[in-house]
Amino acid sequence: MKDVLIIGGKEVSSRLFLGTGKFSSHRLIPEVIRATGSQVVTVALRRIDPEYEEENIVSYVSGECILMPNTSGARNAEEAVRIARVARAAGCGNWVKIEVIADNRYLLPDNYETVKATEILAAEGFVVLPYMSPDLTTAKKLVEAGAAAVMPLGSPIGSNRGLRTRELIRILIEEIPLPIIVDAGIGRPSEAAEAMEMGVAAVLVNTAIATASDPVAMGRSFKLAVEAGRIAHLAGPGETHEYAQASSPLTGFLRD
Amino acid sequence: MKITLNGREEILKDGTTLAELVSLKQLNIDEVIVVYNCQLVKKKSWPGTVLKENDGLEFLRFVGGG
Repeated sequence: MKDVLIIGGKEVSSRLFLGTGKFSSHRLIPEVIRATGSQVVTVALRRIDPEYEEENIVSYVSGECILMPNTSGARNAEEAVRIARVARAAGCGNWVKIEVIADNRYLLPDNYETVKATEILAAEGFVVLPYMSPDLTTAKKLVEAGAAAVMPLGSPIGSNRGLRTRELIRILIEEIPLPIIVDAGIGRPSEAAEAMEMGVAAVLVNTAIATASDPVAMGRSFKLAVEAGRIAHLAGPGETHEYAQASSPLTGFLRD
Repeated sequence: MKITLNGREEILKDGTTLAELVSLKQLNIDEVIVVYNCQLVKKKSWPGTVLKENDGLEFLRFVGGG
């Protein structure tokens, strides 16, 4: 049976979503996208600083990708909605990653404002993927608000600390009838594989790839890890046991 | 006249158009996104948009982000 991920009515070919921040050069991005095979790619919207020359990020992302602007910088639902509307009007499509953050130290999302923004934007026809702290009640509210997926953090943004919230994410996988996508904190391919084995639908990775010594090779490693984890999930891992369970027969030993 | 651009006050000649302001700032017209008094304005409308006292403008662009 074909294993298909559908978000907002669209078939998504890769379960590895890629963030484009922190790359030492934008020129790396097309090669990294080829290596990861990512179809969903995030960007941010910012004021232009004339003192700081930066090339247009969008020109480095293949037209075949789904561009998903985030609402980073938003401190409440109203600001997130404004950013999403500008991004769509600027031709960015109708996918949006809601990111509402009022905490500068850990960059943890404001779940309450995230639900509010999701409700408004989903009603306007956006495909809304909200970044959230893994909490079952909030996730249920996001479902009611019309989210297309739910994106819990594994650990704080950019921390590379892995799946610190795994037990809470496990609950979301069990209880929420939407794709669960781990966004933030995944620092190693093995952690991406673990998330996929658990049954998340996809992972969004940025810092771990962008800040690797060789981002292209790391991108390929993440691609393989995500695929391996997904296959393992579908294959159904065996039970775990407290004590040893012999793998070889316990009869017919060659002994005196 | 006084306008606010990206949160900063600026003084411009009366009658300045949006297209002229983008050119004055030496911005790449293919990447700048203009939000004029909270509304996005497409490039084709920049020459015909004459700025007024107390207008609020945001010049934005897409950047790398996660």
